[in-house]
Parts: sequence; C-alpha cells; structure tokens
Amino acid sequence: MKIAIPVDNKSMEKNVCQSFGRTPYFLIYDTESEESVYLDNSAAASQGGAGIKAAQTIVDNKVSALLTPRCGENAAEVIKAANIKIYKTIEASVKDHINAFIDGKLSLLDEIHPGFHNHGGK
Amino acid sequence: MKIAVLSGKGGTGKTLVSVNLAAAAKESIYIDCDVEEPNGHLFFKPEDIQSEDISIKIPSVDGKLCNGCRTCVEFCKFNALAYIKNQLIIFDEVCHSCGGCVLFCPEKALMEKEKIIGEIQRGTSENTTVITGILNTGEASGIPIIKKLLSHTSADKELTFIDCPPGSACIVMESIKGADYCILVAEPTLFAVHNLNMVYELVKLFDKPHGVILNKCLGEESPAEKFCIENSTKIIGRIPFDNELGKLNSNALISVRESQKYRGIFSSLLKTVTKEVQHETITDP
Repeated sequence: MKIAIPVDNKSMEKNVCQSFGRTPYFLIYDTESEESVYLDNSAAASQGGAGIKAAQTIVDNKVSALLTPRCGENAAEVIKAANIKIYKTIEASVKDHINAFIDGKLSLLDEIHPGFHNHGGK
Repeated sequence: MKIAVLSGKGGTGKTLVSVNLAAAAKESIYIDCDVEEPNGHLFFKPEDIQSEDISIKIPSVDGKLCNGCRTCVEFCKFNALAYIKNQLIIFDEVCHSCGGCVLFCPEKALMEKEKIIGEIQRGTSENTTVITGILNTGEASGIPIIKKLLSHTSADKELTFIDCPPGSACIVMESIKGADYCILVAEPTLFAVHNLNMVYELVKLFDKPHGVILNKCLGEESPAEKFCIENSTKIIGRIPFDNELGKLNSNALISVRESQKYRGIFSSLLKTVTKEVQHETITDP
C-alpha cells in the first residue's frame, strides 16, 4: 500500500510539513516494498487552489492513505472522491508516523478546516 | 465627472462624504461599490427601485463527452478543476470565470452556465440617482458586480460619486480605475496615517489626481495633517468632530438635507472638489 506525507525536507528523520497544499515535497512511501520517493509539489507556488492541485497529485500517484496534520475542505473533497483515507499526524518524525500507521495507531483526521486561502496560518 | 471616495480602513467617513456630496449637488449619481456591506441606501432611502441580477459564468461538464484528457485541469491557473476517478470536479468558488477551460476543451465537453452572485438596485432619492451593488453572502469576489456598476457611468457630464469599499485591495482598484479624481477620507489620528498611506500609495500607483478630506477634526494639528504636508498632498476639506453631525448620521439622515450648516459645508466642499477636478483635467489632459 502506498501512503503520502507532506514533508519540508527529503528526510525520514524530520517532521511532517504543517501545510498540505503548499508543502515543498510529498513523500510517497510504499509499505510493502519499503520504497520511498520524494515528489516536488508543483502546487506550492500556485496563485490559488493549491490544495486542489496537490490533492490531484496525491490521487494520480495512486496512494491509499494521506498522513497530514490538517487539510482544507477543497483538497479533502478531491481526496475523498478518490476514496483515499486521511490520517492526522502529530509532532513526530516522518519515520515515526510511518511506523505508527503500519501499527494502526494513527487516527483519522476528522477536522477539515475551511482553507487558509493565502491568509497564512502556521 | 467621476469622483471616487476611498479610505484605508472602514469607518472613516467614505459614505458620509460621498452621500453628502451627492446630495449637495443639483443633480448627481451615487454608486455604492462597497458591495459586501453597502450602506449608502440607508441614508438615501431610494424609491422606484429596479433590481437586476448579476451573474458570472462557471464551467459545467458533460460527462458523456469528457474523455479525461485534462487539458482544462492543466490550463486553469487557479486550480478550479480536478479529474478524479474518471470524473471532472469543478470548484465554482475557486473559478475566476476566465472561460479558458471551455475554449481549450478539445472534446467540447465544457460549457458555461450562469451563476447569480448578487444584484444591482437602481432608485432615486430627490436629486440623486442611487445605484447599489449587493454581493450575496458567501460569494468570493464582488468585482463582477463593481464592473457592472461602473459600466453604467459613461456620460462625462453627469456628476458621479463612487463610494468605494475600504482598504486598497483589488476590489478598490476596480472601483477607482475609471475615476477622474479620488478623495481620500481619513481621520486625523496617528493610527489613521498608516491607513491613509495605503490609499495614498494606491492612487499614486494609478496616477489619479487626488485630495484628502480629514474627518472628525478637533481643530488642532494632527499626524494626518503632517502626513499630507510632508507628501505635498492637498487637504481639500475638514469635517469637524461634531455631536450634531454624529446624531444626524446615526439616525441615517443626510446632514445636507437636514442642517443649514452642513448644507453650507458640503456645498463649498463640492465646489472645491469640482474645481480641483477641472483643474486636473486642464493641466493633465
């Protein structure tokens, strides 16, 4: 199964990126082959609709789950339309999150925010 | 002659100035471009109102014709479209109505549909034609309404006052674009200087002739006055911080129509403004 995680750095030791739509990279991790691929997020510099575009990338990479600290409503609509499950990340490294996911310890993200739309939010 | 009234923040007196200047004129048009919260009509209480719906064009897809080529998804710079599980998803509120996706669709699977986002009301109040733009709650942008509001103002002979939204964002730029002159309304305080500077920079950028009206003046030297002197910006009028004016305004009355004193103040202000505009059009053709 493939999972996607927004990351600030191309490293398993660092933390998850706080933004989904405007993260610089996505880690696509295959839980079976244990392979990891880092994708540049082409949506990061979008004028608007970054979440939608980033979600399209996630869907096109045929992942089954997305691990993210939060997700805007437009992005969530795209991701849910593709039947991808969204799990909530906490303060921990990318590696810890992958292990927690495999162990079934992550909970689903139930809080979808209305989007920041260029109004920041750190 | 189109005169835009703007300010860096809300509550400085844009509506007070534009409503009273329009009411002081023999014949005038008042246009409320503050479409998110228009309030000029509360003072004018216009009669014989005619309403017109304002809509924008949003793409809609014919799923039978769409072959999933994603030309539209890649074209849209605002990312208003996504293609998921053999289906095109369109985000209406992200769309900027450019029509590009419809134009580029090789399968002609996209067409435009109308979406109502608000309305324009026209009415009259004594000597003034009152035109109000109203954006429906929850809509993303009032710019299409402002475009429509200002498309009515072609004749140069008519004295038109444009009551702008607060701030200096796109919606204000759209409101002042066609104006012959800009009135910047500011309070005299230090806090107001920051907001005044925002609209000052905007009118400079747009190369618009402009002047400042200071509202709520206490008759002493103020930071806003100092700002105007330092930037060689003309102060074309001062409105006193006055109980009588406050009361009239709070009761949604037009002071020009109620008080001899304010008829005098705004009539002479109107004369100054008209003279300024004529002067500007002569020196800067």
